[in-house]
Amino acid sequence: MAEVMVPLYSILAFMLIAAIIAVETRDLLSSVLCLGAVGFGLALVDLVLKAPDLALTQVVVEIFAVVLLIRMVVARQDMTEENVADTPHVALVGAMLLVIVIACFISFQALVPFARPLMRMGGAYLEHGQTLTGASNLVTAVLLNFRGYDTLGEATVILAAVVGCYALLRTRGLKSDAGNDADS
Amino acid sequence: MTAHGFLPYVLCVLLFAVGIYAIAVKKNLVKIIIGVVILETSVNAFLVLLGYRVPESGDAVAPIITPALNGQAFLQRSVDPVPQALILTAIVIGLSVVALMVVMAVRLYEKYGTFDLTKIRKLRG
Amino acid sequence: MRGMTLIVKTTAGFLIGFVVLFGFYVVLTGHISPGGGFAGGVVLAAGLVLVILAFGADTVKKRLGHNLAVVWESLGAIGFLAVATLGFAAGSFFSQFLPLNEGFKLFTGGAMPLSNIAIGIKVGAGLFGAFLMLAVFRASEARVRKGKGGQR
Repeated sequence: MAEVMVPLYSILAFMLIAAIIAVETRDLLSSVLCLGAVGFGLALVDLVLKAPDLALTQVVVEIFAVVLLIRMVVARQDMTEENVADTPHVALVGAMLLVIVIACFISFQALVPFARPLMRMGGAYLEHGQTLTGASNLVTAVLLNFRGYDTLGEATVILAAVVGCYALLRTRGLKSDAGNDADS
Repeated sequence: MTAHGFLPYVLCVLLFAVGIYAIAVKKNLVKIIIGVVILETSVNAFLVLLGYRVPESGDAVAPIITPALNGQAFLQRSVDPVPQALILTAIVIGLSVVALMVVMAVRLYEKYGTFDLTKIRKLRG
Repeated sequence: MRGMTLIVKTTAGFLIGFVVLFGFYVVLTGHISPGGGFAGGVVLAAGLVLVILAFGADTVKKRLGHNLAVVWESLGAIGFLAVATLGFAAGSFFSQFLPLNEGFKLFTGGAMPLSNIAIGIKVGAGLFGAFLMLAVFRASEARVRKGKGGQR
């Protein structure tokens, strides 16, 4: 087990340090790039933990998100941030974080230890997956066959988010913008 | 064994706490969006860690059946496929939500000229 | 937004074919090998975003058009619902109506390859459309700020 714990701990520590730097630094472009480091660290964790679909999806999604954020940040007027956090607000958030951490420590008593999962349902899917669905990739079999309704719900959520983007970026059809349409 | 048993989960909880701190304390819209992305990343990491299994003999394999390895040997060594299927949808939904947040931030910047929430609250309307 | 230099345009025009081909491969062999509809769809969207960044958003809006993204995304969503509804022909909602062979081939898994293709088209076209609208909006915003100069 040691040959998977050492890379796992080092990548998780790298993600944690990159996340703290992304939140704390003042230059907005640097914080967006550190966010890209967090995402790529997650892709490496997926590779170490034997989840190739997730690694593939995470790399491409992270590149897409970083391109979106860089295009939002570059060439706007304020590229650094002025930090005005007053003390009582920070104390309240510190208390909330302490509560979260203590609650997680208590609820970990009910979790199985790492690398010994129960796998009651997963074991049944692994055993009968290929005969019941006819597919070799059991993750896709679970996603599209055993849990098809969740995939339908997810397609609906993506549709709603994209239509929301279209509705927010619309400049035609608004009454007060008579001479201001997006297409020429 | 208890130290190895829960330490990866503890690191995920710390990442979650960093995300919540960024959403609650920071006043810049870009930092808030970064906090939401870190939050989603920490939850995905936690779920992937839940599904991993170290078998009695040999290494763990991905849950994909190949002609070279099927049957009882695959059943003993494979990791759990259910958390991986759930995270696959969660990653793409996270990307759509980030796109929507970026669109809202761009609209706010176009109207008020800044990303700073304190200045936007003063200039309302 | 304007496009980039001639070197970037030539290289992007050369690479876009390979990226879209890889995206289709990941979508089509989703039930045999790692990948599937979501991963392949995001790869397709990333390839089209490469075209937007290299050639400029206004050029892409004139040539490919925004209606392409909207129509294809709706077709993907309706396609997925159609595959699920056609499952009524074999019993109930979402059941598999094509024959199941045993694995390792391309035509196995019932209706799963069709669902993969529908989801791949939907995710790819949706994300491409959202990015195109964002890029074109920046262009018009810059035009408004320079042209009208505070008449808001």
